[in-house]
Amino acid sequence: MLTNYIKIAWKVLLRHPFYTFITLFGITLTLTVLMVVTSFLDHLFGAHYPEEKRSRSLYIATLIQTDSANTTMSSGPASFEFLKKYAKTLKTAERVSVMNNFGFSNAYVNGKRIKLNTKYTDVEFWSVTDFEFLEGKPYDETNIRNADHVAVITDALRDQYFGFDGESVVGKTIDIENINYRVIGVVKGSPPTRVYTYSDVYFPYTAPKSNYEEKGMRGRFVAIVLAKNPADLPAIQAEFDSHIARIPRSEYSDNNRFNVLIVKADTYFDHFLSMFTRSDKDRIALYAIVGLVLLMIMGLPAVNLVNVNVSRILERASEIGVRKAFGAPAKALLWQFIIENIFITFIGGAFALILTFAVIQFINASGWIAYADLTINLPVFLISILVCLVFGLLSGVLPAFRMSRLKIAEALKV
Amino acid sequence: MIKLQNVEKVYRTSSIETLALNNINIDVKKGEFVSIMGPSGCGKSTLLNIIGLLDAPSKGQIEIDGSPVERYTDKHLAELRNRKLGFIFQSFHLINDLSVIDNVEIPLLYRNTSAKQRRELAQEALEKVGLSNRMKHFPKQLSGGQKQRVAIARAIVGKPEIILADEPTGNLDSAMGNEILGILQKLNTDGATIVMVTHDEAMAKKTDRLIRLFDGTQVS
Ligand SMILES: Nc1ncnc2c1ncn2[C@@H]1O[C@H](COP(=O)(O)OP(=O)(O)OP(=O)(O)O)[C@@H](O)[C@H]1O
Ligand SMILES: [Mg+2]
Repeated sequence: MLTNYIKIAWKVLLRHPFYTFITLFGITLTLTVLMVVTSFLDHLFGAHYPEEKRSRSLYIATLIQTDSANTTMSSGPASFEFLKKYAKTLKTAERVSVMNNFGFSNAYVNGKRIKLNTKYTDVEFWSVTDFEFLEGKPYDETNIRNADHVAVITDALRDQYFGFDGESVVGKTIDIENINYRVIGVVKGSPPTRVYTYSDVYFPYTAPKSNYEEKGMRGRFVAIVLAKNPADLPAIQAEFDSHIARIPRSEYSDNNRFNVLIVKADTYFDHFLSMFTRSDKDRIALYAIVGLVLLMIMGLPAVNLVNVNVSRILERASEIGVRKAFGAPAKALLWQFIIENIFITFIGGAFALILTFAVIQFINASGWIAYADLTINLPVFLISILVCLVFGLLSGVLPAFRMSRLKIAEALKV
Repeated sequence: MIKLQNVEKVYRTSSIETLALNNINIDVKKGEFVSIMGPSGCGKSTLLNIIGLLDAPSKGQIEIDGSPVERYTDKHLAELRNRKLGFIFQSFHLINDLSVIDNVEIPLLYRNTSAKQRRELAQEALEKVGLSNRMKHFPKQLSGGQKQRVAIARAIVGKPEIILADEPTGNLDSAMGNEILGILQKLNTDGATIVMVTHDEAMAKKTDRLIRLFDGTQVS
């Protein structure tokens, strides 16, 4: 049955090379766009180096003080103290790491300035993330206690600062804004799109200029909470919420300006969304907009395909008449045409996959994002297949319905 | 086996109404070979389509094996066509994109038959019409007579009790036409009930019974 349908679909494709070209061109382009977008979203939100444990991580990155009428609001990262008190103490978590949001600094090589991203972290940072050490090791509790001037740098900074000659740089010193740090480790760098872990150089949080002793709730720090397994996330969120609920109003009211404190431990994706949407209503609106845009991207070529299909019904009339005369129920015909469309879509999907692969290679190689690691991985591939299916259905159902309703006697006259 | 009572068919278009069939009463018995004749446009095809459940009458009743079909659902009608009826058309209506054997298998696609069994039955049917050496050909590579024999194989592959043929020899020369008639007669002696529309007096004479239509009305 299926081979029979596919044989027909194939012949129909070959019969009209021009239509086939136009159709496949539309499908391929649409799917390529969707697949590159999917791959990019996966790059942003999926679990990738060095945050490979994102599926069991929660991010505490913003602290919002507001009043119940939402007239004034103040928001930003928390202080080290705050996170130490309310996040580090989570009993349901496996590990909690605190790091500063981001920072900039300069280093000089032969009088030339290198702009640097800096990050101050605790020791847990190195277990919550999955940095690959090319040489050396991370700093430990002793370094933290002694406030040692040590640093972990990326391979890119190593090459820039020391020049790449294959020689070990562990133990050498790097001068950053007139402070000498001893390099104790070199890690493979990560793309800047991993905003909470990306940096060029990492220091213990007790190193100079980290501001970890700043008083107050607000500061420059964020926390990543690692669960033993994803199923524990709700329990951790509940525990964290209860910690926050116990904070007395006097601590955040700021002379009675605020009476509401919102701090959430969110998954990376939720956290990202919450930057744009404050309420569930906003979120639904956002989903609606995204859905609409996706539907537009997929809908326009689909409508075009519907058009081509419908206008070619006549050509297939005799076949439909014959099949019905010999006992094909409307449902079987409906399926036949849907399967045909899905088949065509999948051919387009195969082209799109090749094209997407090329585009992704190009993006990765272009240096547009440093350390870009866009991939067509299994989830992206599965989503792409799903997208193909939806597209095939979208463009196939209506023509199929029209065709299966054709009256036999009429169909056989043509 | 097939009984039509007071069947009427009216075609309505926006401007005109055509009474294509008027008060038709026919009773085709099991094993009969019936032919339908009449001038062009008198309603022969319309009648055959109604007998074959390809079209519904505007009025009147059709019974198949004693049960009226008007209450049947589309799905049930499809099943009935699949099990009981086999069609042969004047213009063959083979699917050009499928090979001969795939064309013959079509009726079996809509029943529970394994691919292997379908192949076997289709081969058997093609042997009956003498075309077993053309299985992998495509309709475009066949002569008119060969196409019609493929169409006959397709009509009989599901072993239906009733074969309906609308001018099966209309597009063929007389020698080829006689050969096709021979095949139909053989099927009839093997037990099939056949209703055939024809223009050819000589052919009609060779059948058991002749129904004549004139302007939508049954004249004999
Ligand atoms: N779909 C239709 N709409 C309107 N009128 C139709 C339709 N089909 C057939 N007719 C009319 O019904 C009448 C009978 O048509 P039918 O095709 O049954 O004739 P026929 O006897 O088979 O003719 P022929 O020998 O030329 O095949 C004709 O007058 C025809 O114009
Ligand atoms: Mg006719």
